Amino acid sequence: MAIVQMQKLSICANKKHRKEILEFLQNLGTFEVITDEIDDPELKKKDTSSACSQYLKSADSFDQALKVMSEYFPEKGGGISSLTGREEITRDEMNRVITNNREYLEDAAQILKDKKEITECEGVILKDNNQITSLQPWKDLGIPMSYEGTKETKVFLGTIPDPLGADELYAKASKDLAEPAGISADILSTAPEQSCIAVICLKKDSDKVEENLRSIGFTRPSQMVTGVPADEIRALEEDIAANEKRIAELKDDISCYTGRRKEYRIASDYFRSRAAKYKVLGQIPQSENAFFMEGWVPAGKVEQISKILSERFGALVEKEEIREGEEEPTLLRNNPFSAAAEGVLASYGLPRRGHVDPTFIMSIFYVIFFGMMLSDAGYGIVMFVGCAVALLKFPHMEKGMKKMICLFFWCGLSTTFWGMMYGGFFGDAIDVIAKTFFGYTGNGIVKALWFEPLKEPMRLLVWCMFFGVIHLYTGLGIKGYEYLADKDIVGFVCDIVSWYMFLTGLILILLPSDLFTSISGMTFVFPPFVGTLAKVLALGGLVIILLMSGRSNKNWALRIALGAYDLYGVTSWLSDVLSYSRLLALGLATGVIANVINMMCQMVAGSGGIIGAILFTIVFLLGHTLNIGINALGAYVHTNRLQYVEFFGKFYEGGGRPFVPFQTANQYVEVKEEKSL
Amino acid sequence: MSMGMVFALIGAALSTALAGMGSAWGVGMAGQAAAGVVSEDPDQFAKVLLLQLLPGTQGIYGLLVTFITLSRIGILGGTPIADAGTGLSYLFACLPIAIVGLVSAFHQGKTSVACIGLVAKKPDQFGKAMLFPAMVETYAILALLVSILAVTNI
Repeated sequence: MAIVQMQKLSICANKKHRKEILEFLQNLGTFEVITDEIDDPELKKKDTSSACSQYLKSADSFDQALKVMSEYFPEKGGGISSLTGREEITRDEMNRVITNNREYLEDAAQILKDKKEITECEGVILKDNNQITSLQPWKDLGIPMSYEGTKETKVFLGTIPDPLGADELYAKASKDLAEPAGISADILSTAPEQSCIAVICLKKDSDKVEENLRSIGFTRPSQMVTGVPADEIRALEEDIAANEKRIAELKDDISCYTGRRKEYRIASDYFRSRAAKYKVLGQIPQSENAFFMEGWVPAGKVEQISKILSERFGALVEKEEIREGEEEPTLLRNNPFSAAAEGVLASYGLPRRGHVDPTFIMSIFYVIFFGMMLSDAGYGIVMFVGCAVALLKFPHMEKGMKKMICLFFWCGLSTTFWGMMYGGFFGDAIDVIAKTFFGYTGNGIVKALWFEPLKEPMRLLVWCMFFGVIHLYTGLGIKGYEYLADKDIVGFVCDIVSWYMFLTGLILILLPSDLFTSISGMTFVFPPFVGTLAKVLALGGLVIILLMSGRSNKNWALRIALGAYDLYGVTSWLSDVLSYSRLLALGLATGVIANVINMMCQMVAGSGGIIGAILFTIVFLLGHTLNIGINALGAYVHTNRLQYVEFFGKFYEGGGRPFVPFQTANQYVEVKEEKSL
Repeated sequence: MSMGMVFALIGAALSTALAGMGSAWGVGMAGQAAAGVVSEDPDQFAKVLLLQLLPGTQGIYGLLVTFITLSRIGILGGTPIADAGTGLSYLFACLPIAIVGLVSAFHQGKTSVACIGLVAKKPDQFGKAMLFPAMVETYAILALLVSILAVTNI
């Protein structure tokens, strides 16, 4: 429930320990390096950008090689994903890979070379296939495509657009020639819009024949192959076979490396971390014999870090004051339950220094509201059991993912709770099953612990708004707490207490009124003094807001005008409270759709029997899976909205900078070791 | 069948039909944008799928009101209505979710398209991207609420 206190440290040490210190800090992973410019001609920064990019390139070549391998030889179990998290390795394994890294780099280069050749071969095969396709219409031609004719004859090879018979072609080609014309006209193939023809004529007639052919749209083939088409096709097929064989060989070659995937992953991470180290190395100012660096660490770790740095490396470590214009990074620490909701907070924006971390309070409301929106015991059980299984099965899950699933685990529990309150278990599944298969005719077996929303929607609406008021009041309260922490008593009374008074007064006036009774059907009877109290509160609050909310202004007219404008903000409270009606609407949506699904099940099942039961099960599973999916999404989105817009709108600013420690840039593996800290 | 039943059924049909049309429209637009993003960056599939689904809820709200209506006018339960006045009441009770569902799903779809673009450029801003379409949905929820309250209290 808090923001971790940060301390700025400066480290000054002998240059010969430079790399060791950086390595130590990197493995520790709790030191954020500050990369400010320091004006001092004595201090220089070392240019490490080329080394850095060299290491990144190496890491990238391993990544590429791994990708190639998984393309051709997918790993069992899907390899590494955000669900399985990073693989744990020992320091020994890491060191072994580091010793052999040259060999692995050569492997990766070879794999990439193979991949490149495979791509080239595939390109050739594609080209050959295209050529075969274009040669197919010519395959009955017995002479080479480039054949011009003999001494006495001329050959015309080409295509015409219209499908003609051999006789028609002969007639058209020999038009205006003396009979019997010395012409042989053959149709080699006919396809829509294109017929391939071969016409042979005497050389003396060739001009005439060519003109005749042109008149029926004759064109010579665009691609000129020289040989006999059938031979050409055979040659191309052989070429394809050779290329395919080569690809198979190359894949074989790649498969030899698949046993070393783990080593490549380690090597990739090693190079990436090294690149990160060199990047920092390039940012720290160095003199001839010493180097300096500054950074943020969690205040609790300062002692240990300084001790180790000074004892092991003889470094000078000092606590520094925060400089002007410098912003402290934010690191959150919460109990395990609330930590699950940190991701929700982070995606809105982290709190700044000196503000409250609302994660704890938000997480409670988050889980309750989510449960109210999904509100089905069956769905809740599916959710929390599913999340629990995922958490147990993949213990090394990626951190953000783990928090998310934890959060849904709690939300699932809450959903189960609210489902029991509302009497929903896969909608009215138990009643429907009892009626369909067991001939039960009585009324509902499952009773709501509280009440059924569909029967009394108004009642639930009032409750939802009541929860909304609590949520909003809590938000206002947190703002009040911040005023008090700043010792701003006037602000606290004028901006917080006044609103509490005003709103509570208004609510107390509204509740016993006829208007409210006629809408909600609920009657509140308060003793008379409450009525008076309500009026006093509302009026008091109103006066304070009117007079004091523009208190920074000296001009009284302007001050009251500002106060009146602020009073107008009561409408935003009204719309905020109404916004909580989504708790009802989404809760109803889940329940009613679930009932619709059950009704469809009942229809397909008919009167029962084995087939009925099977159909029932299929529709039940499909329908409810869909409903869980869509409504869980809706509940998630709208719970977030209630937190971000309504709750945070009352007090929260965000805008904090996340704490990004200098650490190993591991993507695939995690070195397991007894940490000295 | 009485005139009242006809009116009530028109209402029930409209709420699913119009709200469903809106959702189909919105989800369709968002789906095109999502497909574009996935063609460039397949890792964003889950995120853009969620954003695509957001305008889909109006159709469900429409179905919900239809179902509640049908279960009260003697089609899926309840008592058949005899007079035209009650039937007209059902028709008008269905209109908020029908009309607002159509319009809000369309606009929510457009917002989703924009937010899918946002996620494509800045995948880490998913939390914020999800909120913008959700704002549009507020009005569909209000309309749903009015329709439900009206139908259940006729």
